[in-house]
Amino acid sequence: MEQTDKYEEDWLFEITPKNRFFSFNLKEVWQYRDLLLLFVKRDVVTVYKQTVLGPLWYLIQPLFTSITFTIIFNTVAGIETGTVPPFLFNLAGITVWNYFTACLNGTSNTFASNAGIFGKVYFPRLIVPLSVVISNLLKFGIQFFIFIAFYLYFYCSGAAISLNPLVLFFPFLVVMMGILGLGLGMIISSLVTKYRDFSYLIGFGVQLLMYLSAVVYPMALISEKMPKYAWLIHYNPLAYIIETARYLLLDIGQISIPGLAYTFVLIILLFFIGLLIFNRTEKNFIDTV
Amino acid sequence: MSHNPQLTTHNRDIILKAENISKQYRLGVVGTGTLTHDLNRWWHRIRGKEDPYLKIGETNDRTTKGESDYVWALQDINFEVERGEVLGIIGKNGAGKSTLLKILSKVTAPTTGTIKSRGRIASLLEVGTGFNGELTGRENVYLNGAILGMTKKEITAKLDEIIDFSGCERYIDTPVKRYSSGMTVRLAFAVAAFLEPEILVIDEVLAVGDAEFQKKAIGKMQDISKGEGRTVLFVSHNMAAVKSLCTRGIVLEHGKVVFEGGIENAVSYYLSGSNVGSLSSKKFDNEFDKEIFRLNEISLKGENENRVIAEDTVIDLVTDITFKSEDAHRYHLTYHLYNELGEAMFSFHHSFDDSVILKKGENLISCKFPKHFFQPGNFSLSLFVVEDKKSFVFSESDIITFTVVDGKRDLGVYMGREPGSIKPQFEWSLKN
Repeated sequence: MEQTDKYEEDWLFEITPKNRFFSFNLKEVWQYRDLLLLFVKRDVVTVYKQTVLGPLWYLIQPLFTSITFTIIFNTVAGIETGTVPPFLFNLAGITVWNYFTACLNGTSNTFASNAGIFGKVYFPRLIVPLSVVISNLLKFGIQFFIFIAFYLYFYCSGAAISLNPLVLFFPFLVVMMGILGLGLGMIISSLVTKYRDFSYLIGFGVQLLMYLSAVVYPMALISEKMPKYAWLIHYNPLAYIIETARYLLLDIGQISIPGLAYTFVLIILLFFIGLLIFNRTEKNFIDTV
Repeated sequence: MSHNPQLTTHNRDIILKAENISKQYRLGVVGTGTLTHDLNRWWHRIRGKEDPYLKIGETNDRTTKGESDYVWALQDINFEVERGEVLGIIGKNGAGKSTLLKILSKVTAPTTGTIKSRGRIASLLEVGTGFNGELTGRENVYLNGAILGMTKKEITAKLDEIIDFSGCERYIDTPVKRYSSGMTVRLAFAVAAFLEPEILVIDEVLAVGDAEFQKKAIGKMQDISKGEGRTVLFVSHNMAAVKSLCTRGIVLEHGKVVFEGGIENAVSYYLSGSNVGSLSSKKFDNEFDKEIFRLNEISLKGENENRVIAEDTVIDLVTDITFKSEDAHRYHLTYHLYNELGEAMFSFHHSFDDSVILKKGENLISCKFPKHFFQPGNFSLSLFVVEDKKSFVFSESDIITFTVVDGKRDLGVYMGREPGSIKPQFEWSLKN
């Protein structure tokens, strides 16, 4: 009798209506690590297939955005960037910002754009947003490389720029940006499955968010010119990351330890909320997508 | 389903068990309506109450207009699968087969119930899932294999076999978008065929590909199940494939299991259900309202009152006929019995000893077939109304069809099918 009971309990796994609240199954994600790498490879290899310029597109976009911003915000509107050439100032901001938007846009479509494959085969869904964040990291690497090139160019032509000794912490900043994009993306992707309204919200929301994220101006400038609305920027974790990135790379602006601590906590919080919502959604989204 | 669970667990090696699986779907479009429902559901949940929309929902019959926005695509599905068994899941379109496979392959979760498994499940719901046209065949083998749960190492070890099986060697370094659709399927099936899960879920893979490849695919699947002892759940509309691959079958209808048993019987059951509509009882309104008589109903019932007639039950054929004239005694009923191949088995009538004489008004004429008279299979009856034992005044062929299925047999006896369609019992005795 006892033996029967024991055998009865001896299941490898069970499929149940809902995931348990905190069962992230990271072990399973690890088992599928090869898939993660293959997805990253696929994303990188296929993005610019059948284009003439290929990966050069990765460079063209930030360059032209920086040029445009430099003309509009610095030449026309007259935003001061101190001793740093405005172009380099903008390029630094845009490069970091781009990584965030790429992560957010990529992950926020996870369910909707992979419905076809998700509807047919099971693998840990988390693999997809993770692969987006990682493949965008490569893209970021390429864009960062062009930043370094311009940095050297301006340096050699005598611009007064220098690295902050803390620049070694820059990779942490990038990782934080990635996790923030991933966390927000997971939240939004879960909402988009049922209500497409959110995908439109993201479309223009991200554009507006950029202006609140100190991409084209130093944070100090807002406090100085619009003290009434400065809180908008001071509560925005993205603004701290971008400001700090410029501080590390160009030694300009300020570093705010409380701000960064706040950012860090918020990012971790958003990430876990995202993971939780994502985890809840992945079981049934295919019925509502 | 099993009568003695304790016995079952001892004697059988159950690898997969579905317990009360139900799946509810919402019909219509997602809009403000869903938002109100979601809010209501959430409001119930935070108060610790049951989901209000789980109580409603109708059987999933797509042909009738329903009252509710919610339907049950599956309702209380229970079954067990033994290790090494190939289970066929058959049913009409919309019966819930694919939903069941989706739940089994974890693509979607059941609304209620659990599935317990002792082995990894890999699905092959539609081959070529995740193929990327821009990548080469070889890259896609890796990608697809990884999606299906293989590691890179496993794929590398089998790469040559996979390519060989697919027969796409020449194109293997060409982007898949240049492939013909047949080639894509072959390559995709090849990847899946070399998967090594304990349980493989397959849906309609044979719908594509040429005859040669289908043969190859069926052969490979037989190897998988018989040679390698793996468990396969197979869904297909191809009854020949189902019959040749599966050992057992379940028939789904409107989201419920209506039959479970040997594959031959499952297929017969399914076919009889889909071809002729009603199974074992037919009511006639005015179709056979003749000058002399009016035919009301013909029914075949097993003792168990089930819609399924099993071989080990007494089968009662009841003819409900109303005669309009006083000379009803001049008429006799004659039936011809045909098997599923349309071969006439025999003819039978109630008049050979004149013990039953028809009267004016309603006659309920019963004809009982003893247990084990019919072999499992499909049968049809033709009815003749004969006047004065000379000539018939009415005839209708295939007036009713019915299916006799396997009954429960004693453990240890022959479980297969004996030749012929009927198994009459004669008087046997020992003369010495």
